Amino acid sequence: MDRNHPHRQLALMRQSFFDQGYLDEQFIQLEELQDDANPNFVEEVVTSYYRDSARLILNIEQALEKKPLDFNKLDGYMHQFKGSSSSIGAEKVKAECTQFREYCRAGNGEGCIRTFQQLKKEYTTLKKKLEAYFQLARQAGPSETACRPK
Amino acid sequence: MGFKNINIGTKEGVSNVVGTALLSSPRINREQMKNIQTNISTALVVDDDIINRKIHRKLLDNLGIESETVTNGKEAVDVHCTGKNFDLILMDLEMPIMNGIEATKKLREMGIHSMIAGVSTRSLEEEKQEFMDAGLNDFKEKPLTVAKLASILHKFCEDDLEPVTD
Repeated sequence: MDRNHPHRQLALMRQSFFDQGYLDEQFIQLEELQDDANPNFVEEVVTSYYRDSARLILNIEQALEKKPLDFNKLDGYMHQFKGSSSSIGAEKVKAECTQFREYCRAGNGEGCIRTFQQLKKEYTTLKKKLEAYFQLARQAGPSETACRPK
Repeated sequence: MGFKNINIGTKEGVSNVVGTALLSSPRINREQMKNIQTNISTALVVDDDIINRKIHRKLLDNLGIESETVTNGKEAVDVHCTGKNFDLILMDLEMPIMNGIEATKKLREMGIHSMIAGVSTRSLEEEKQEFMDAGLNDFKEKPLTVAKLASILHKFCEDDLEPVTD
């Protein structure tokens, strides 16, 4: 039925985020916190994440331009970034953060730079996917929570 | 399947088999959350990350616990100096100005007996131990979930702690 179609699309989109490893269990935890009192809680948290982490990304970019690289500082920024990414369930972004920190510990500047490029890609891809998801959710209107992954 | 009247944070909850089963499940859903009862009524969230403050606050709110947030250890100490008290403090470890270890030590020195649960991404044993030694009642790895918070509430009861606020 036409009325159900956007909801089904929404559910499939959501499932793909988990199947493709963009999001993990923590995102479901956020969904479980959403209620009638805060019907847009997940979107608010995600919006805060992207707003707040933009500053961190800028700090890391600036730090990567300095010579020699301050690996302690970079690790500190990435620790913060990993923490927030983990809190919203951004699995791929989190994995790149972990890799970056390993390169920091090894003092591998090229590895850091390379990983950071990959991290930004994952970060931007997730942002686009979630923006599309929340937009579709608004169009679809209120519904029962979509099926959880098995 | 539903759980009714899970008194995790009260003496009855300690021996409640259903409550115990709930604590061992990895995820507590929205319906189950509604049935959790606790005698903790106030909490302080101490975290420099806005996302974590938002999430922890919502977790507490969903369990009917009134909360305030501060952004570092010094603010946590300062808020207590104004005479405020909280049943539960969720304390992050790494924060600017004053970290979780220093803040916990300071609060204990001030005679604050509230339950303090350390919440951190740091997972090395020695780091956790140092944090515990500062005066924590419990420690949980981030990100905090309903199940982890329920476990903290359970410990509140197990440790025979009393709410400090009415």
